[in-house]
Amino acid sequence: MTVQIDLLIIGAGPAGMSAAITARKHGLTVLVVDEQFEPGGQIWRNIETNSRINRSKILGSSYLEGKETVKRFRDCGAAYRPRTRVWQVEAGCKAYMSTDGVASQVKAKCMLLATGAQERPTPFPGWTLPGVMTVGAGQILLKTSYQVPKGRVWIAGNGPLSLLYAVQLLDVGGKIAGFLDTTPRQSPFKLLSSFVKAAIHAPLDLFKGLGWLLKLRRHVKFIRNVSDVEAIGDDKIQHLRYKTGSGLEDTVPADVLFVHEGIVPTIHPTLSLGCDHHWIGDQGSFAPTLNQWGETTKENIFVAGDGAGIGGARVACLRGELTALYIAHKTRHMSMAELQVQAKPVRSRLKNAMASRPFLDKLYFPRSEIFNPDGRALACRCEEVSVETVRDQANLQVFDPNKLKALTRAGMGPCQGRQCGYVIANLLAGSASCKPADIGLNRVRPPLKPLTLDELATLAEPEARP
Amino acid sequence: MNIQSIDAIVIGGGLHGLSAALHLARAGQRTIVLERSWVGRHASGGSAAGVRTLDRALEELPIAFEASDMWHNIGHIVGDDCGFHAHGQVKVASQEKDIAILETRLAKSHAAGFEHEELIEQSELRRLIPSIADKCVAGLIVRSDGAADPHKTLKAFRASVEKAGAKIIEGCGVTAIERVHSDWLVKADGRNFLAPVIVNAAGAWAATIAAMIGDDIPLGHKASMMMVTERISEFVKPVVSLAGRPLSFKQTRQGTLVIGGGLQGHADVKMQKSAVNFVELAKSAQAATELFPTVGNLRIVRTWAGIEAKTKDLLPVIGPSANSPGVFHAFGFSGHGFQLVPVVGAIIADLVVHGGTNRQIYPFAAQRLMDLNKPVQ
Repeated sequence: MTVQIDLLIIGAGPAGMSAAITARKHGLTVLVVDEQFEPGGQIWRNIETNSRINRSKILGSSYLEGKETVKRFRDCGAAYRPRTRVWQVEAGCKAYMSTDGVASQVKAKCMLLATGAQERPTPFPGWTLPGVMTVGAGQILLKTSYQVPKGRVWIAGNGPLSLLYAVQLLDVGGKIAGFLDTTPRQSPFKLLSSFVKAAIHAPLDLFKGLGWLLKLRRHVKFIRNVSDVEAIGDDKIQHLRYKTGSGLEDTVPADVLFVHEGIVPTIHPTLSLGCDHHWIGDQGSFAPTLNQWGETTKENIFVAGDGAGIGGARVACLRGELTALYIAHKTRHMSMAELQVQAKPVRSRLKNAMASRPFLDKLYFPRSEIFNPDGRALACRCEEVSVETVRDQANLQVFDPNKLKALTRAGMGPCQGRQCGYVIANLLAGSASCKPADIGLNRVRPPLKPLTLDELATLAEPEARP
Repeated sequence: MNIQSIDAIVIGGGLHGLSAALHLARAGQRTIVLERSWVGRHASGGSAAGVRTLDRALEELPIAFEASDMWHNIGHIVGDDCGFHAHGQVKVASQEKDIAILETRLAKSHAAGFEHEELIEQSELRRLIPSIADKCVAGLIVRSDGAADPHKTLKAFRASVEKAGAKIIEGCGVTAIERVHSDWLVKADGRNFLAPVIVNAAGAWAATIAAMIGDDIPLGHKASMMMVTERISEFVKPVVSLAGRPLSFKQTRQGTLVIGGGLQGHADVKMQKSAVNFVELAKSAQAATELFPTVGNLRIVRTWAGIEAKTKDLLPVIGPSANSPGVFHAFGFSGHGFQLVPVVGAIIADLVVHGGTNRQIYPFAAQRLMDLNKPVQ
């Protein structure tokens, strides 16, 4: 069955919900589809349930902020389809999706991809061993099923999310054997101007971050300037090896290792649509190229939220709002004059909300090893292609990821480049002495998300046999 | 002007271009392959790599049998097994009345004197494919057929071509061809090549190349869709197709399932891009899960449509140009060219080196598709 509406929003996180609320306020017909059971996105995952059973406080104040937005979203009158995976998007604002095992198509006048971010893939030797997982995954387990890791738990990370997760673990009574801070040491002078800007416009953000840091350093073995992380074990992680900037080298017993090196925009949907993308040097990531309203280079296809470049929840909400205003104008629900009036205060709030970003981007820019990992690490987890194999091909002048894929199977497996895309682009760029943007990423071959044969079969008309 | 002078220029770095170059180089011809993007970029890299004589056009069978022999010996030809396995190809009747389709085909090949196909009953079908749905009642089989791995095949052919002394130039697209005395001057992305012989193996873009040397050959296109699932342990060995419905189903050596069968996506030949039509592809998923009910919960990892040439009669164009001396065509395989790769290269080398071939190629003459009354410019 095909449904036609004004606006299809993919993702019910901060950006998607805010856009839906705004669009509904101006009378658009809106459908929001989302993979989770409840609205909230990654940051406010499961907030309704966690509030009901009094767990949300432990998850922190920025988590609680989501309650109000989720409620307004529930009340805004947008159709909402949870448990729905969008596995193909096409020009003409057409999307294919599955809900509870049944596939369907939706056609809209405009489509907003509010698909957020993913954690930056961080290959190191042993990163595929059981027991090694990302901080984001750990946080999902905490938010959805209140799982607290047992045993010798290590966190090796860089960026606010790893600090927040560590604090959350402590708050729920978890134990952390040690926190390996992989933030590279930088000259304070280089950070100064962006720090001042952040301190003026977003002092609370900085205090919050500092609070986490102080708490961790008080309660947990905290090692700074860590590099060369390696997970060692036979069929699961047993030891963890690392180095520090001051030359310390250690191997410690470990049962669980959480890693995190920041997040990058989810770009597979816009890649598959053929939208233009550009390289954000400050964030070490690609992002779709957007106009001031969040429209991609394909007409009527929009991106808001962290998918447009990492900015955090508050920025995501405002971007969602702004984009929805413009879509209201585009679908003839609002005049240009009114759009300008409505957009002005949102833009100024957006400017403020982005103020701390340059500082965070500079402070938490990953160490060079993330872009140029140890040769033994697997670059492509699905097909088990090592970093070294990729480098060997680059030495044979193979700089096109599509060609590399045909030669080595790197990027051919179930993740379809969602994990290995950046790794390979960085490796090939390193060998070719150019920017990852000059290398690009694999052509995206649908489905964008896992889709079973049974699910796809439901899209076919019942076979009329002769 | 810097011109490189050689014996033969192969246009197109797909498997047919590589095979032609391989046989030419082994026959002592100084050969280069000009490939616009990279080796195996389109149909060759996107192939299901079926090695099939089952249900093949009768006109193609004589050369297909020779190709089959070559596949069984492929390690000696290109130094690698190309992932080839002869586990057979079976066309299955999933209901009683579809048996007639199989019987009609069998009668047709028998009448033409071909004995390679064999009708099998349900019990033998079950023995060969224990996981097949109960409702399947019979099959038409060629036990010596099978399938290869397209990427391994490309790699092996490429390596053999280079070892035989031919040069492959990637990222070098032909922009113009001119006659210079008794030679052809091929201009490709700022480079110039001169040779008395051109092999046109440009696949979906072969009509453009043919037009450059004065052959106006109408050519359609296909964008056959395929999908690959995640890996599972081995459960089906032969390549399975279905009578009366478009489906081809096989398990690769990696364990993935490759499901195709000729359902068409969308090809943008000019932009060299293709797109999958999921509503169409859903029919393949439906047929596959009907045939093998246990695979329904497998995840589809990727789907694609490979762009290739299609002729009016679905037979390839293999042979000399109708209008221009020294030009030989090998294209238009219409969705079933993979099996023929080793033999077509040998045919081209025959034509170039000996001026003729004993192989039966008259059904593939370019002239059959051309309006020969039209004046040549």
